[in-house]
Parts: sequence; C-alpha cells; structure tokens
Amino acid sequence: MSKTSSAQTSFVDKILNLARRPELGALSGTVIVYAFFTYFGGSQFTDLGGVSSWANTAAELLIIALPVGLLMIAGEFDLSVGSVVAGSSVTLALVSGFYGLPTWVGVLAALALGATSGYLNGLMVTRTKVPSFIVTLAMQFGLAGLTLGLVRLITLTTAIPLKDDSFIKTLFGGKFGIGAGGPEQFENAIFWAIGVVLVVVWMLHVSPYGNWIFALGGDIVSARAAGVQVEKTKIALFMSTGIGASLVGIIQALLYNGTSTSGGQSFVFNSVIAVVIGGVLLTGGYGSVVGIVLGTCTFAIVNQGVYYTGWDSDWAALILGILLLSAVLMNNTFRKLAISGGKKKEVKKND
Amino acid sequence: MTNRSGTPILKLSNVSKVFSGYRALDGVSLEVYPGQVLCLLGDNGAGKSTLIKVLAGFHEPTSGTLEVNGEVTAFKSPKDASEAGIATVHQFGGTFPLMSIGRSFFVGVEPTKGWGPFKRFDRHYANETAVKAMQALGITRVTDGDRLIGGLSGGERQAAAIARAVHFGANVLILDEPTAALGVKEAAHVLRIVMQARNKGVAVILVTHNVSHALTVGDHFAVLIHGQKADDFAKGERTREQITDLMAGGEAMAELEQELNTLTGSIERIN
Repeated sequence: MSKTSSAQTSFVDKILNLARRPELGALSGTVIVYAFFTYFGGSQFTDLGGVSSWANTAAELLIIALPVGLLMIAGEFDLSVGSVVAGSSVTLALVSGFYGLPTWVGVLAALALGATSGYLNGLMVTRTKVPSFIVTLAMQFGLAGLTLGLVRLITLTTAIPLKDDSFIKTLFGGKFGIGAGGPEQFENAIFWAIGVVLVVVWMLHVSPYGNWIFALGGDIVSARAAGVQVEKTKIALFMSTGIGASLVGIIQALLYNGTSTSGGQSFVFNSVIAVVIGGVLLTGGYGSVVGIVLGTCTFAIVNQGVYYTGWDSDWAALILGILLLSAVLMNNTFRKLAISGGKKKEVKKND
Repeated sequence: MTNRSGTPILKLSNVSKVFSGYRALDGVSLEVYPGQVLCLLGDNGAGKSTLIKVLAGFHEPTSGTLEVNGEVTAFKSPKDASEAGIATVHQFGGTFPLMSIGRSFFVGVEPTKGWGPFKRFDRHYANETAVKAMQALGITRVTDGDRLIGGLSGGERQAAAIARAVHFGANVLILDEPTAALGVKEAAHVLRIVMQARNKGVAVILVTHNVSHALTVGDHFAVLIHGQKADDFAKGERTREQITDLMAGGEAMAELEQELNTLTGSIERIN
C-alpha cells in the first residue's frame, strides 16, 4: 500500500531524519559556543588571530580524536593517547636532538612507537578480553613511566631540545599566514588534520571496512558470525589511534623545538570529550566524521575562546563539563529512540 | 502435503551431547526436508538450544552422526555449517540496531565498486538489494534502505534477518523463538514470512514453545523432553491437546523415568 510513498514523503522523511541525527546536536553546540564567545570575546575572538588560536587547537586534537572516534564507534576506548603523544615527541627529540640523527629517522622512530603501542593495545584487548578501558589505561601509565625513566637515565633531564630547520620541520611544525603579509599564525597541523579527515571519511563512510567498524560496535557476536575479521579490524583501529597520537607528538616536538616528558597528557580526556560532543555513542555502533569534526571544533572554541573574554580559564572547564553531559544525554535519547523505533516492546519470555 | 520421501537435507542419527557429565541431548534422531517446516517443541531446558547449536556448528556432538544431503559431515565451526547453507536467525533477528538496512544486510560481504585500494561500498546496490529481498518476503512497508534497523518493528527485523539468510543461499533456516518477543499481529507476520521461505524450497527449523504457532506453519513436529525426543509426528497426526499434554506432562514422565533408571541401572550402564 505504501509502496508508492515516493518523492514528497521521502523528502519530508529526509528532513525529519536529518533533524533526528545526533550531528545536528553537535552542529548546534558549535554554533552556540561560537556565538557565545563572539559576544563575550569581541572582535579579537573573531579576527584571524582568534580563529588561528582555536583552529590550531582543533587541528591537533582532530588528528587524535578522529581515530579515537572510529575506535569508539567500534566499541572500544583508547586512554593511552596521552602517553603516546609524549613518548613519540620524546623519541623524536632523543633520536634527532640528543643523538643527532637526521630528523626523518626520528620521525620514523616516533611513528613506530605509536604503531607498536597501538598494536600491543589491540593484541591485549583481542587476546585477553580485558576491557580496552583497562588495557589502554595500563598502557597510558606504563608508557609514561617508561618514557620518563628512560629519558632521565639517558639525558639526566626531562626536557630535550630539538633544533632543526629542514623541510621536515616545516612539514610538521611549520606555520603559515593568511592574506598578503598576514602573520604566520596558523599551524601546518591544519593540513595534516584535513588529510586525516579525508582518510577517515573514506574509511568510515566510503570503504567497505566502515561497515565492519559499525558492525563491531553494534553487535560483535553477529559481526563475527557474518564473517567480519574482528581481531584484525580492532588491532588496526588501535594502531591508527597510536599513529595519530604519535603524529601529534612529532608536530609538537618540531613546533616547539624540543619536548618535555609531561606534554600531551590532556589529549586523553580531550579526545573523548570531543568525540562524545560530536555524537558518537559511548556504547559504540554509531557516529560520523562530521560529528567528530564539529565536536572537536566546539571543544577548541570553548578551550581557547575563554582567553578572549578576560575571565579566568577555569570557566572553560565548567562549560565543557556541561556540554559533555548534555551531549551524552542527547546521544542516549537518540539511541533509545533509534533502537525502539519509537515503539514499546514486549519483554522476552524465555531462554 | 508432507513428502518425507527422498533424501533429507539434514539428518541427525542418534546424536548426543554431554557437557561435563550433563547429558543435554540424548540419542536424538531427526530428518529435515527441503520445502518443509520442522517445528522443535519443548519446555525450557529441554535441549532445543543445544540441538540447534549442534546443527549450526557451535557444538560438536559427543556421539551420533550428522548427514547433509545424505553425506556424513562434521561441523567443526559455525563457518562450516554456514558454508553448508545452514543459517540461524536469533530471537531479535539482526542485531545492528544503529546500522542502515542496506549496510546491515551486507555486513561481512560488502558489495563494492571501483578497484584496488579505491574500492567503495556500493550503498545504492546494497540498499536496493536489501529492500527487494525484504519486499519479496512481503514486507512492503520498507522502501528506504537507508533507514536504521532499530527503526523497524520486531517482525520486520526478523524479516530482514530471514531475507538476508535466504539471499545468501541458505537452504536450511533455523529460527530460534522468532515469535517469542512479539505481539499477536507481529507473530502472525513472522509466521507468514516463514511460509514464504518454505515455499521458496528452504527447509525451516522453527524452535518454539508456542503450540499454536507451531501448528499453524509446521509440516512435521518433534517434541524434546530432557534432551530426548519424546515424540515425532507429521501434521495432523496429533491434536493440539495431545501436544500440550505431552509438553506439560513430559517433565513428570522424565522424572519418573530417571527414578526408575536409578533403581534398575542407568542407560549408560546398560549400554
């Protein structure tokens, strides 16, 4: 009967479906905080200097938040990204700063550290069935301790300088300006972030593997039964968060001409906050790249916008807390609606 | 209608399954024919779940043989069973509530276009195929493959799962309590889909403890009590009362039998 419910209704359906999507919540979050800080921060917040401040923060966070988002869609957490950022920038500074090897060797070593720690996380999660929350938390502390201990042993300090003016420095840690003679205040990390966005969009929404990622978070038993390579996919996802984190470590080490062992720890919670504000469900099975990008921008706008208001930066944390809570509540409502299809169901009776 | 001549597509001979001393299945023999619905009836704990897990390759039987199209086969894993064309659909029938109909239909076997590393998930084909397969089972309300599975009704979800199994060439469909969580109307809908699958020549094993549902669609019936096949009959050979009595009274009977066994020596000891 409703077989011919064609053009008009499906158009209305599409609008309604759009309104029901959690990304709309993420978008309204971004718009609201931008308007808020434009009002209280004034023209300093909206001019190029202000934009560069949150865009740089967003770019670095995005490189980590996107793979973390994929992992969360697949139903796992990675709390080790902070130590991987620190460990990678320390590795680069040690190899190329302290030992004086070419910068590209240090970059490869740092990426190898990220890939290896991700591989170990994935291996432990898939082999032992210990929740990834615990496995990666252990990695976070273990790797932090290892980094600090080794650096103290080798260099007798906790901060290593890294001097490099080569092409690689520009590639990862360079800056650029907008407009003729504009000050170089935008980090090249923005280009890396755009690259990561394109790769992740391809992975999740275009390639056939995106289906596996959604299926893993939706129902791992059925996914396995349907022929999804559960272990390989999970290990690959953990490796991608590791590589993302080490990319940020490399960018920071080259940007600031050196590193300290304590850098990068804030990425652990910041990435999860950005991803959740972006509409990814904590239970896995749903999320989008658009949402994660918007969530990350929202985070960065709040985080940096507060400096333009003249208030104490503590207030940014309060706003982020409120945003996080309302985002989770909204996501849960969405999940409930989507799963029940808006209908009540009888309780299952046996077995 | 019941034609039980020819080779059964699945045949269990004297199959037993023992879990650390507990005999979950005890010498069960069954035959499953294409284009027929076999209803497995029994109370909770009667061994229905174990039996279908043996059929789906999750458990290897402790003793007894399994034949597929007349050839003795051993399923080492669920993969072996699905390669033999045996598909299981569980109570809530599929599984990925937050995925679109098209995407969930093709999980694990994604259709692609393009080549090499630039292969793309063919969303258009996936949606179209999934919707067509569901409409072939009489679900005409579903026209958009982008809709989330979670937005479907319970019966439609079952239909999606059954359509998926049939599309990927299942010739034996095991339905585990497909109507248990559904209201009357929805259950009727699912039973209609069962008949559609049957008419396509699929052998259906319907697990249920609802005698009415079984009688509506079943060609052949097997009643399990305490891991043993208590009765095995074709459509029309028993009345509803007889079946209900058997299922209800069976437990007491089995208890009595066990008591007698302890007096006269258990079956294992005699054997």
